[in-house]
Amino acid sequence: MRPIRWGRVLVAAVPAVFIGYFFLYPVGRILALGLSELGVGSDGVEARLFRIGWFTLWQAALSTILTLLAAAPMTWAVSQYEFRGRKLATALVTVPFVLPTVVVGSAFVALGWRDSIGAILAAHVFFNVAVVVRTVGALWSRLDPNLHDAGRVLGAGEWKVFRTVTLPLLRPAIAAAAAIVFLFTFTSFGVVLILGGFRYATLEVEIYRQAVTLFDLPLAAALAVVQLVGVTSALYAYSRYQERHTTTWTLRSEAERLRPTGRGGILVGASVLGTLLVLAIPVARLVTRSLQPGSYRALFRDDPVVGVPMASTGNSLLYATIAALIAVSIGVMASAVITGRRGRLSRWFDLTLMLPLGTSAVTIGFGFIVALDRPVDLRASFWLVPIAHALVAVPFVVRTMVPTLRSIPAETREAARVLGASPLRVWREIDLPIVSRAALVGSGFAFVVSLGEFGATSFVARPNTATLPVMIFRLLTRPGAGSFAMAMALAVILAALTAVIVLWIDRAQFGEIGAF
Amino acid sequence: MLGVDGLDVHLGGKHILRDVSLTVADGDTVAVLGPSGSGKSTLLRAIAGLVPVASGSITWDGKDVTTVPTHLRGFGLMFQGYALFPHMDVAGNVGFGLRMAGATPREVATVVGSALEWVGLSGFGDRSIADLSGGEKQRVALARTLAPEPKFVMLDEPLGALDRSLRERLLVETRAILRDRGVTALVVTHDRDEASALSHRLALMRDGTIVQSGTLEEILSRPADDWVETFLG
Repeated sequence: MRPIRWGRVLVAAVPAVFIGYFFLYPVGRILALGLSELGVGSDGVEARLFRIGWFTLWQAALSTILTLLAAAPMTWAVSQYEFRGRKLATALVTVPFVLPTVVVGSAFVALGWRDSIGAILAAHVFFNVAVVVRTVGALWSRLDPNLHDAGRVLGAGEWKVFRTVTLPLLRPAIAAAAAIVFLFTFTSFGVVLILGGFRYATLEVEIYRQAVTLFDLPLAAALAVVQLVGVTSALYAYSRYQERHTTTWTLRSEAERLRPTGRGGILVGASVLGTLLVLAIPVARLVTRSLQPGSYRALFRDDPVVGVPMASTGNSLLYATIAALIAVSIGVMASAVITGRRGRLSRWFDLTLMLPLGTSAVTIGFGFIVALDRPVDLRASFWLVPIAHALVAVPFVVRTMVPTLRSIPAETREAARVLGASPLRVWREIDLPIVSRAALVGSGFAFVVSLGEFGATSFVARPNTATLPVMIFRLLTRPGAGSFAMAMALAVILAALTAVIVLWIDRAQFGEIGAF
Repeated sequence: MLGVDGLDVHLGGKHILRDVSLTVADGDTVAVLGPSGSGKSTLLRAIAGLVPVASGSITWDGKDVTTVPTHLRGFGLMFQGYALFPHMDVAGNVGFGLRMAGATPREVATVVGSALEWVGLSGFGDRSIADLSGGEKQRVALARTLAPEPKFVMLDEPLGALDRSLRERLLVETRAILRDRGVTALVVTHDRDEASALSHRLALMRDGTIVQSGTLEEILSRPADDWVETFLG
């Protein structure tokens, strides 16, 4: 019989208990509550669920289509042509994607768009253009140009080649991008809460309203069940699609891009500059509206209702630090289990840890206030916010760590064992140093996720320790020009903090990787 | 003395080693010779404790070590691809085994210095692994394996990845190092000349079993079957 390795058991047990108690158990409680509410079937519940579910679905579908269309010119230009500033343009187009949802919402409020479906759709497009440019562009830039040329030689015009050759070849990347955008917009919370007013509510927003404003927990749980069913079926449909359409075409290594000339040059320039200009408008408006006299100074004054607004920056930084530490500790242990022994346990672990990503942050926050009263009542605890943030961030940490760990050949570890290193020592001497950079990048992601997290925080934040997004939301929903300017100013601060960390991650990732 | 008795190993539902027995006397070098896929590497990995043994035993000086964890066996193994640690410099690699044994930094530095001297790489201590040539990597791997003075050393295709001229030179060096240090060793190779150059006792392996063993002359004069004759021919 194999002796029990207690170290290994502990390394697996900590993340398992974390995910079990803070995620699976709360979601289980929501499911139980929601299903019993659906079973009781109070008056009009079904019609209401259907109405909100239908709105959530069509706005997500429409957002996805609009994003694909809006991103097409930019995707074409940066994937097909080489020009000065191409890398910069690709980086700039990614900026909206890393902005916290509350900042994006604030930016569109700054434009004067509120309480309208148009604002919601525009914000969703703004937020997700980068997903399409990056995902579809990556494949498009590597398609064999001979396929295109063959189409031309066979007598098809440029447009016909695009429709009959290029587009079908790009389909897997388009489907992947569409799936991601759909998932993001289906579970969109901050943007819809801020821009939708009282007229438009997605499932997420309605869960929040029912639970936090109206204290109808059973109805909120029923909505969460509908939401979980929606997300799960979308993910299932996409994975089925992927299975059926796995392709291995001849791709060229991404190398020779043409330099655009003549009419092509004008089109490329118009696509890139046009896209960037449109994306810049909301951000620029946010900054200019924050620059009203005294708005930044007002952030330091004590307000009778919300306290000192600037204090939320300190809270956010503290929470983000704790959340990053928790997420990295859990993520490191979980990655060790996932990449350790191949088998059912490791696959189960991998899948379970990704679940918080597919679930929505709102469901996580809601789960906390529904379920975490046992064995001790944690619902008013300081730790709830960083734990919720860590839960949302763990998948990002794991996704950064696992590929690095998998890239270490088994023989390297075996060599250490033969030379006298115990299993724990192997981890410390081999795995840890090699993955510490990945862990650092992972903690950066966790930090950014925590800074911008709004869905879960809106449920669990205590009034006196509001985070930046929560404070921005409070100021934004309060009447008065002063509050509005302060909200704009805080949103600019949050955006700047996020940008600094994202830039740091970007450099850490591409700076020295490949040194070994 | 190393003893392997009736060793069976199954991996992924396949019977890789069948009833393998062999001994290596103290200070002696035995070469296991066979075509690729015959189970030679698995034999070394089983002796090192890196793969589970289905039946049979591995002994050192008569003591059964079959269930002793790899890191407590005190054997050395030089991997076919060298498996140098990419995040450590040359000295970090060569001193690794000593550090695991709890040596002080001063002791580690002394031994690393002399180990690099045997393999002709004095002054290479702070080089990065990525900057080494194939031959230098082979010598660092050899130094790393021998530095902690393991009681028994296994070499898996020690010269396999090198080009011909380098191979011949390093063959002579490796043999000299093993002899000078009185190492008890088991070498695995698919190359007849390499096997006979490194040791005078050979074990021929095919499909997971040892077909014949003895000196090259003994085997050549009385080959066990046609396969042995063709393989050595």
